[in-house]
Amino acid sequence: MWSEFQLSGAEISMLLEAAGTSVYMTLASTLFAYIIGLPAGILLVVCAPRGLKPLPVLHKVLDIIVNITRSVPFLILMLLATPLARAITGKSYGANATIISLTLAAAPFVARLVESSLLEVDKGVIEAAQSMGAGTWSIVCKVLIGEARVSLIVGSTIALGTVLGYTAMSGAIGGGGLGDVAIRYGYNRWVTRILYATVVLLVILMQLIQMAGTGLSKKLDKRLTD
Amino acid sequence: MEPMIRIENVSKTFKSKDNTVEALKGISLDIGTGDIYGIIGMSGAGKSTLVRCLNFLERPTEGTIYVEGKDLSAMSGRELLKMRRSVAMIFQHFNLLMQRTVLDNVCFPMEIAGTNKKEARKKAREFLKIVDLSEKEKAYPAQLSGGQKQRVAIARALAMDPKILLCDEATSALDPTTTKSILALLKDIHAKYGITIVIITHSMEVVQEICTRVAIIDGGELAESGTVEEVFASPKSRAARKLVYQGERKVAMMKSKRCIRIVFSENSSFEPVIANMVLECKASVNILLADTKDIGGTARGQMVLQLPEDVQVAERMIAYLKERNLAVEELTDYVE
Repeated sequence: MWSEFQLSGAEISMLLEAAGTSVYMTLASTLFAYIIGLPAGILLVVCAPRGLKPLPVLHKVLDIIVNITRSVPFLILMLLATPLARAITGKSYGANATIISLTLAAAPFVARLVESSLLEVDKGVIEAAQSMGAGTWSIVCKVLIGEARVSLIVGSTIALGTVLGYTAMSGAIGGGGLGDVAIRYGYNRWVTRILYATVVLLVILMQLIQMAGTGLSKKLDKRLTD
Repeated sequence: MEPMIRIENVSKTFKSKDNTVEALKGISLDIGTGDIYGIIGMSGAGKSTLVRCLNFLERPTEGTIYVEGKDLSAMSGRELLKMRRSVAMIFQHFNLLMQRTVLDNVCFPMEIAGTNKKEARKKAREFLKIVDLSEKEKAYPAQLSGGQKQRVAIARALAMDPKILLCDEATSALDPTTTKSILALLKDIHAKYGITIVIITHSMEVVQEICTRVAIIDGGELAESGTVEEVFASPKSRAARKLVYQGERKVAMMKSKRCIRIVFSENSSFEPVIANMVLECKASVNILLADTKDIGGTARGQMVLQLPEDVQVAERMIAYLKERNLAVEELTDYVE
């Protein structure tokens, strides 16, 4: 009875290639999401009404943009982003096109993660830095990011996990990677063994991300005494 | 001489949507160069707001602060940052960077000021030596005790090469022994560098231990100010009296029931027998009755003393008094 779960060599190499594509999409879109979301998150904290440099109007605008983009479900956002993806990558489907929409979907989420990490930094330490004559820029770089680094890493682990989930979903509309394989073989052709194999591979990838994130944050956290 | 800090008619009002709080109301005060100036008040009196006005972490709503004759409210943002580099501050909760080593914490203000890294490290090690924490330079704040953390904060303050050191309840989170050692360290630093120190506290003991002058803040207003001796000896305002007596309430009550009667007959009136005995035995006695007078330079009369509980000390006192040629008689049932 196990024979029906036996994967052929061609199927295995297809699955591994799809896993590679998923990893590539996850890493690339998370990276791009951070390029947009990290500064946005910092601005949300710094420009807040009681922040280091209160700029209430900018803060409000940013806050609203983040909320709007976060409230659109990922699949719909991906459809909406299709013209942009086509303009940038020349295609409306495939891994690279998906990275564009993944980035757009993940960036506001990342901005919120960064914001909440930075808000955890002890106000007293920020005040101490101010009392030493530190300007806004050095407080952001040396105090906010330095002190919140563990929380930022935990946040990026969450972001990677979420984006990995999104890549799988993107398979529904021609994304690529494991989600694409799962839908094409597992759903459209009902090849159960491939469906199961994609699930196993996704679980393994998620585990690896989580282990790396937890390991790194433990290593960097100097607040623990042991 | 021009004061190091002049506080001129400073008021600070905090406004939120539905209420306004007047934290400071028209405070004027001069803090002289080289003073150790205590600012004392009950919690909520506005003293922490006042100290934050001194380096413009809080901007006064009205009035002005002059540091070394320069008006802070007239300074540009950049000038303010520069001014703050000569005014160090330490805090109740130390406010160290938890993800940096002790050494890197001390280097931090120099990093902000743009000192090169090698020189900063060298100077930081010197300051760690002064606060007696050289062997902890690689430790992280989480591995230190409260007293050690405050020492790191003091080393970090010194690294700014400050003219003024502001201490915001710097010993309030520490136990009495550690508080003493931190205050002793501040005294040493004051003697060595001549830094003007401003100490914010709610404890009269801290003020008596270290300060030369004191200002009492009550409900956002200056209740009184003067030398510590003046204010302690004759507190004029209600707030001052409250703070002074708060310290006195902590004096231990005598519990011992052992009392003695001593009779003065031949000692010189000018010999402080009881005071000397107390100094010699390093324990207090309670004078329950005293009826003595000076007759031609000789003390005559009697006194009843309640002795300390420690039997050995009590015996030593009796022996001392007998040695001084006083008649000593034990009283039973003098106190219930």
